[in-house]
Amino acid sequence: MTTLAAPAHQQQATSLPPVPWRRMVWVAWRQHRLLLAGVAVTFGAVALYLFAMGLQIHDAYATVAACRPATSSACRQVGDNFFGTYQPSVSITEGILQLLPALIGAFAGAPILAREFESGTFRFAWTQGFGRTRWVIGKLAPLAIILAGASVLIGLLFSWYYQPLISAGDTNGALFPTVFDLSGVALAGWTLAAFAIGALAGTLIRRVVPAMFATLAVWSGLAILTGTYLRAHYLPPLITTSLNEPHPAWVLSQLWTFSGKPASLDKINQALAPIDARADSFQIFSPGPKTPANVDPFKYLTQHGYTLLTTYQPDSRFWTFQWIEGSWLLGLSLALLAATVWLVRRRNT
Amino acid sequence: MNVIETSGLGKSYGSTWALRDCTLAIPEGHMVALVGPNGAGKTTLLNLAVGLNAPTAGSITVLGKCAAGSPAALDGIAFVAQDMPLYKTLSAADMLHLTRNLNRRFDRGYAEARLGELGIPLKRKAGTMSGGQQAQLALTLALARRPRLLVLDEPMATLDPLARHDFMATVMAAMVDDGVSVLLSSHVLTELERVADYLVLVSRGRVQVAGEVDDLLAHHRMLTGPTAEANLYTEQLNVVHARQGEAQAHLLIRTNGAADPVPPGWEAQPVGLEELTLAYLREPGAAALPGPARRADTKIVGVAK
Repeated sequence: MTTLAAPAHQQQATSLPPVPWRRMVWVAWRQHRLLLAGVAVTFGAVALYLFAMGLQIHDAYATVAACRPATSSACRQVGDNFFGTYQPSVSITEGILQLLPALIGAFAGAPILAREFESGTFRFAWTQGFGRTRWVIGKLAPLAIILAGASVLIGLLFSWYYQPLISAGDTNGALFPTVFDLSGVALAGWTLAAFAIGALAGTLIRRVVPAMFATLAVWSGLAILTGTYLRAHYLPPLITTSLNEPHPAWVLSQLWTFSGKPASLDKINQALAPIDARADSFQIFSPGPKTPANVDPFKYLTQHGYTLLTTYQPDSRFWTFQWIEGSWLLGLSLALLAATVWLVRRRNT
Repeated sequence: MNVIETSGLGKSYGSTWALRDCTLAIPEGHMVALVGPNGAGKTTLLNLAVGLNAPTAGSITVLGKCAAGSPAALDGIAFVAQDMPLYKTLSAADMLHLTRNLNRRFDRGYAEARLGELGIPLKRKAGTMSGGQQAQLALTLALARRPRLLVLDEPMATLDPLARHDFMATVMAAMVDDGVSVLLSSHVLTELERVADYLVLVSRGRVQVAGEVDDLLAHHRMLTGPTAEANLYTEQLNVVHARQGEAQAHLLIRTNGAADPVPPGWEAQPVGLEELTLAYLREPGAAALPGPARRADTKIVGVAK
């Protein structure tokens, strides 16, 4: 009898039209509207601040740019004043904005599924007609798209906000680690990655608070690893022996060599003994009482067979690096989100 | 149509089997009581039936031949999990709307009317409701989906007696009005004795008893007789559980029907569902499953004194 009944049921099963996706939009909206409001307020406040301060900085920079002749001491004074006025607040802003992706990961990514597991509501959600795979996609995808879109805008706004400082001669340039990751598309990459790390951590750990801490730890680890090591190797760094440091550029290391071999600080100090100068580090020299006024220790060393090797990434590589970082972060985020969906799909209670 | 059909079904977590060798065929139209001690595997079986878990061994189909957890199965089965998980911050109206959006069918009129009858305000948040109200809301959401099978995991564990009564009244009404099949688990049989007409007894991860309550009761007898003779019959009769006092012994036996002979000098009495269940739970080795009973053809050959 089952052989007769089976095809009929299978036909019924395949002909069932699925619950439309748009219905899940309401569900996701209703469940996460507080979160979305929080995201909107946070991103809105950041955008407003960057825009208002950016206008002010651009205005102030116009005075610097208009100063003629540009090399005069009066103009240098104007430039120094500009930096003195804005550098501190820009640095603080940079520092605070570093937290933005981490907060998104901890407060948007980690709880979104962990709360369902922790409260047991996944048993309700997964047994509805919508189906759990589509449910998890319907929850994650809109938020991921909203977060990525909003953070692209913030990233571009930050680049615009920061531009006058580079134009005014900030030697570090836009590749500097704490500037680069807030600029362009990198910020969107980091925000999306934080969200994806949070979603996966929430699915694996299934408890909100531990998942939040795990997200912060993993994201920070990844960000620090990238800033201190990975990013410097996107393209082979350039090396110069010129004493005029390239700028704007991200200087990775500076090293004195003597006949092709790295020179130790002791050796440099010996070499500097005749002019009574001391090397506190490879870049900082303090003249002694007997140091002749017209002798520059840098030039003195080069005149005595030493070479300064500066390894750096030029600022012109900014957008190349942005696309590289944005791409791999996007790839990583998609992989993590796919892993989350896969886990929900096959997860046993 | 069988609402649930399993074959050699098993589920293990690591090296421990929560459920194994489970073969069942539960026909539609019943109120099925899934009974067993805590940790016996009831929740595991229910989770497998609603597709929350995937089997480690064997197979399970629902509502005819639908794979558990498939779109058709999800569409036709409403599940109320243990502790009635609801979104605590959502109001009853939002929970209604949410459930409606997640399903192909949702009888909004029914749901609103039921909540009205129960005096649950639509604007009240699920988290601020009493346990009884949360249970009723969860049940209302499940029934408004117009399921063919309603699965309830320990629905009455946290309810007071009045709320239990109201809850069961709603379930019974749905059975009568809409022909919904019901599968519900409990570790307390007493609350189901009056309403269940199909029993599945699980213990230590195995199904011990499965069948219609009337059949089970018709095929079990309590024999009472002298203790001295009891051992003679335990070999010949299909004894589920023997309780021997100093003078009198009570043997709960499985028979082929009322016509089975009774040993001379012994008295046969019908058994109650609770008595039967307890007898099986005390004897984990005994089983009463569909198909030929153990030594079903045993005849009493006489009493040797």
